[in-house]
Amino acid sequence: MMADPERTSAQPPDPAAVDAPAPHLPRAADTTIWRRLLGHRLFITGVILFGLVLAMALFADLLATAAPEKMNVRARFRTPQWAFLLGTDNYGRDIWSRLLYGSRLSLSIGFAVVLVTGVAGTCIGLLAGYFKRLDGPLMRLMDALMAFPAILLAIAIASALGPSAINAVIALSAVYTPRTARIVRGSVLVVREMDYVQAALASGARHGWVIWRHILPNSMAPLIVQLTFIFAYAVLAESILSFLGVGPPPPTPSWGSMIAEGQAYLREAPLMALFPGIAIALTAMGLNLLGDGLRDVLDPRLKVQHG
Amino acid sequence: MAEFVLRRLLSAIPVLLLVTLIAASIMQLVPGDPAMVIAGSGASDAEVQQVRLALGLDRSFGVRLLEWYGGLLRGDLGQSLLLNRSVTTAIAERLPVTLALAGFALLLTIIIGVPAGIIAALKANTAIDQAVLMLALIGVSVPNFWLSLMLIVAFGVWLEVLPAGGYTPFADDPLGWVRCLILPGISLALLQIGLLARITRATMLEVLRQDYVRTARAKGLPIRMVVGQHALRNVLVPVVTVIGISFGLLLSGSVVIETVYSIPGLGRLLATAIFSRDYPVIQGGLLVTAAMLVLLNLAVDLLYAVIDPRIKHDGRS
Repeated sequence: MMADPERTSAQPPDPAAVDAPAPHLPRAADTTIWRRLLGHRLFITGVILFGLVLAMALFADLLATAAPEKMNVRARFRTPQWAFLLGTDNYGRDIWSRLLYGSRLSLSIGFAVVLVTGVAGTCIGLLAGYFKRLDGPLMRLMDALMAFPAILLAIAIASALGPSAINAVIALSAVYTPRTARIVRGSVLVVREMDYVQAALASGARHGWVIWRHILPNSMAPLIVQLTFIFAYAVLAESILSFLGVGPPPPTPSWGSMIAEGQAYLREAPLMALFPGIAIALTAMGLNLLGDGLRDVLDPRLKVQHG
Repeated sequence: MAEFVLRRLLSAIPVLLLVTLIAASIMQLVPGDPAMVIAGSGASDAEVQQVRLALGLDRSFGVRLLEWYGGLLRGDLGQSLLLNRSVTTAIAERLPVTLALAGFALLLTIIIGVPAGIIAALKANTAIDQAVLMLALIGVSVPNFWLSLMLIVAFGVWLEVLPAGGYTPFADDPLGWVRCLILPGISLALLQIGLLARITRATMLEVLRQDYVRTARAKGLPIRMVVGQHALRNVLVPVVTVIGISFGLLLSGSVVIETVYSIPGLGRLLATAIFSRDYPVIQGGLLVTAAMLVLLNLAVDLLYAVIDPRIKHDGRS
């Protein structure tokens, strides 16, 4: 089953739940994993889709046909043509160029959220899973954060902090960190009971070393899968923040705010809102496919059966 | 069973306490002097002072927190800064609209998602199966506010068959009520249809591999009977799961969807409150939605026990 974007604290009894503990990954399997990933048709589709968006962001300067913020009142609402590949908006700005620079913003925010939730979630999950005394308080706090509708909490935090890219990252990380923390904790709880960990502890290894050498590497697979999905949610959620006007402020081109501007001209120029939405959907689709592929290969126990 | 219910209820209490604390702390995140930010840049000193007094910002956070909990015990969430009424009244007025929209979206989710998942599982690895999985992928990838705008353009502006926005109460015009819920309902439901179809499909495939299904098939029972008699019961479990998850998604989604379609529900109330920095409404709305979710999840957990006696209620948090 697909990891849902807004899991609340209900724990489905489904054994394929996203929170399922980490499988032990033997090192010798590394080459097989790569081979299986390369043979995974949907994973490759995801790589291509996401690769295209990444290329848009990386090479925006080369691919752009105009400055994204340059207004041209004589060329407003142009339909797609050679000079304006995807047409122009209500200020005569080139939509294609704005999309390119918008991808930079979306991907940077998404990546920053992945980084923060990955690190914060790992720390919290490790502490909660490894030290029993911290488990209760930390996980209750995570449950409380997850009890809020995710987007709603993110909008409230982002608007309280003020509209900026950094604040969007803070708001989205606050919302998604509980998910990574839960996954890491679940893995740690299982790995901690493994004989080799108990053996290491019995032979006098320090907690820090056991966490670093044994617990962490064996808890990574489900975390990586989840982070791929969080990347997709973060891109979608950032577009909502920008759409509602609590994301990065103008004139920075952002896909969500481009749709918001297009909303005022749905009758005259529906293309203004159409293209940024397609860009968001393709990015999220690429990341979801990547996540599905990684899950099938890294974490076979969570696999959605394909027949 | 009674012990499980009790333990589950007790475990919800610290979470609810933390939820109230988080909701009450949102205003603490406003940088600088919240009263000045909330009053706006053009406000006079007197206006800023008025906001400060209305929000109790002249007192310490600890005192305000105690007052907030005191009010909470009396069912009082404070006064809205702008709406000229109490927060509880404002929420109570808007909640039925959101529940109607959410219920409609949930209905769409179940009547489309479950059959789609079952058919995909029965026709695993065929074009139909691929199409369902594709739809599910689109559902989780398409931003719903954008889908809303595209539906408004197609059905409200070009074809002019459905209203492009607004809300008709059921009591005024039942048909108009249904018509104004169709587009927002689809926009909200698409994501959940995808999720439910995937979960149903996975469950169904699991069930079809079970020995008792093979036995039933082997003794000559037609596939329709096997599905109807044996498999559907098992599919109920994910449906219940999704109802629990859906509600959270719906409340989140309603903020955006109700804004786009101008539907006077709880979501739009909160969105408006967030933009006008009406903090009592924001805090109250956050609290009410989160509390509803905690209680709903509790209900869903209890419902599992009824549907699926295999689920053991020990050691689950």
